[in-house]
Amino acid sequence: MMPDLGKYADAVLSSYAVSLLLLFGIIGLSLWRNKRVKQQLAEAEMQLSNKN
Amino acid sequence: MIALLRRDLVLAVRAGGGFGLGLAFFLILCVLVPFGVGPEPALLGRIAPGVLWVGALLACLLSLDRIFQLDFEDGTLDLLATSPLPLEAVASVKAFAHWLTTGLPLVLAAAPLGLLLNLPGAAMPWLVAGLALGTPALSVIGTFGAALTVGLKRGGLLISLLVLPLYMPTLLFGAEAARRGAEGLSPTTPLLLMAGLTAGCIAVMPFATAAALRMNLR
Amino acid sequence: MSIWRYANPTQFMATTGWMLPLFGVSAAAFVATGLIWGFFFTPDDFRQGSTVKIIYLHVPSALMAINAWLMMLVASLIWLVRRHHVSALAAKAAAPVGLVMTVIALLTGAIWGQPMWGTYWAWDPRLTSFLILFLFYLGYIALWQAIETQDTAADLTSILCLVGSVFALLSRYAVNFWNQGLHQGTSVPVATGGRTVSDVFFIPLAISMIGFGLLFVALVLLRTRTEIRARRLQALLAQSTAVE
Repeated sequence: MMPDLGKYADAVLSSYAVSLLLLFGIIGLSLWRNKRVKQQLAEAEMQLSNKN
Repeated sequence: MIALLRRDLVLAVRAGGGFGLGLAFFLILCVLVPFGVGPEPALLGRIAPGVLWVGALLACLLSLDRIFQLDFEDGTLDLLATSPLPLEAVASVKAFAHWLTTGLPLVLAAAPLGLLLNLPGAAMPWLVAGLALGTPALSVIGTFGAALTVGLKRGGLLISLLVLPLYMPTLLFGAEAARRGAEGLSPTTPLLLMAGLTAGCIAVMPFATAAALRMNLR
Repeated sequence: MSIWRYANPTQFMATTGWMLPLFGVSAAAFVATGLIWGFFFTPDDFRQGSTVKIIYLHVPSALMAINAWLMMLVASLIWLVRRHHVSALAAKAAAPVGLVMTVIALLTGAIWGQPMWGTYWAWDPRLTSFLILFLFYLGYIALWQAIETQDTAADLTSILCLVGSVFALLSRYAVNFWNQGLHQGTSVPVATGGRTVSDVFFIPLAISMIGFGLLFVALVLLRTRTEIRARRLQALLAQSTAVE
């Protein structure tokens, strides 16, 4: 299954690893912040509607 | 306009205005470099144009956050904004005052400091010419950076991050002119490009500066 | 029906609510297809060996690094001219994504450069301009972070984006003049149509480029939605403290 990368295996694998790590990093960060802000907004709206 | 220029100059020259600070920084930097890279004259002569240009850039940066900060704090800037003088003109005058107090001394100091760094004689006139043509652009761009960060508490660090990338083309042309001069090639092309760049900056940047100031004062 | 309808945050939220999963899923599909195809099912180049596989990451991320800045420029202009908040927030949302793309392009380029050119880094015009682009992204994001009033921050960063674009372009051509490059010219010239990459490499590369584009759109939509919610949250909090 794994293709033979020859003597450049380190270069190819590390560039894939670094890129995927960074991509998943920014995706994860965006999703996490989205979830947190959504939750906070829901709480704030609940409080406001309770008060009125 | 003249009154504003005179006021800025007087404030800068008086104690605490930061006049001379940039110059002293420039001197210290040029003294430190030989300690860092070793005293070989040939090596020093090769890197001298770059060192002098980077030094001038950093020395210019030191006094940028003062351009608007004091006026912003004591309300002078609000007065200037409501005065009949257009804010673009205020921005130009401020930049010109900054150049007179920072850029011009740097140009004058570059020649003796070049001797200190063993700058080749052939490069000397081109280095000074480059600095004379380039430092106005540094002041105008720097004024824009100062206008962006005027309302901030800790604008000093941010300003360097914002302004230094904008200084890149000027630095490149200036150092290139001096290097070509040192190698006996014709430095006219980089000098002309830099003159064009500076003229463009002087023409356009005050509008961006004034826009940024209006946004900050609103 | 005009695109300015989406300048209304409510309208934007409603429409992107169902568009976002669509973009997310198709981005994942395209990126996965392009990268898996590129990694497992393409032959080695006869000169570059297996390092040619890095192209499926390097070229799309470099492409999106530049396009992200262009998108920020357009969004900033829209904000300055028409003052639509969604536009300003979209520019803010795009900046970190563009920054990550720039970092990926720089890092994969460095890793690729080591076996091919014998060095991780060279002061080549293309490499240098990417480094400068990286600095511009940093400055832009730092300015957003530093200013507390959101509308002022949007104004000032927009101006910075405009001025920065001009200077980034200037730097791009200035460095050409300064040093001759190691980096090859573009392999996929869109304007002239003649490309130097054979189909074996080009098809997975194209899929990967589409995937990175979709991924960028999906991330910007998601992050813009977050920013809109954060703005609403701020307004609510300000309101509730004002009532008390």
